Amino acid sequence: MIGIGVYLALIAIATLLSMYRFMVGPTTPDRLVAVDIMTTITTGLMVLFALYYRRMIFLDVALVYAILAFGGVIAFARYMEGGL
Amino acid sequence: MNALAALGEALVLIGTFFYFLSALGLIRMPDVYNRMQTSTKSATLGSLGVLVGTGLWAVGDGLSWAWFVKATVIAVFLLLTNPISAHALIRAAYKSGIPLWQGSVVDKYREHIEAKASPGAAESESTEEGGEE
Repeated sequence: MIGIGVYLALIAIATLLSMYRFMVGPTTPDRLVAVDIMTTITTGLMVLFALYYRRMIFLDVALVYAILAFGGVIAFARYMEGGL
Repeated sequence: MNALAALGEALVLIGTFFYFLSALGLIRMPDVYNRMQTSTKSATLGSLGVLVGTGLWAVGDGLSWAWFVKATVIAVFLLLTNPISAHALIRAAYKSGIPLWQGSVVDKYREHIEAKASPGAAESESTEEGGEE
């Protein structure tokens, strides 16, 4: 209808804005928030690519990526609290 | 079948727009707590839109219903785990001593910690302040 280019452009703009926050963020939690948003956006991007290339295996990649990103963010939070 | 694809595509458009809004909140907000508040909420909503919309779009394009089921499984997983990771991150940020923005007026977590540390004094202080509007 509109075309996949519009969605990919919106996702690219969002990723660039969060990369800006990742680079200039004054504290460590700012950068971690940016990483969290980037992983969430990348999961949606992988699902869109799965439809674009018509390969269902990319959906499994997206699920595993979401699980690993969740574990990574929890590990970083524990590290910042001083428990790791 | 084609109406299903159009509905899915509209959901994908809404979801990517919410992705853009979450990144914009990440830029515009003054401190890390406000950034987390705006970004994580709208990114979770955007993921729901993109994933469910992609599943519907795939079914409308003539692919099997397994696409919709798998995309919905990923969406439910993100809906369950994204608030947990955001909560853990912001709790770690508070405990590692990141200060609030100077325009913030309510700090319920500090009141809670003080009330747990010394029950009598903090209770009288909180009733005196009257935190609720």
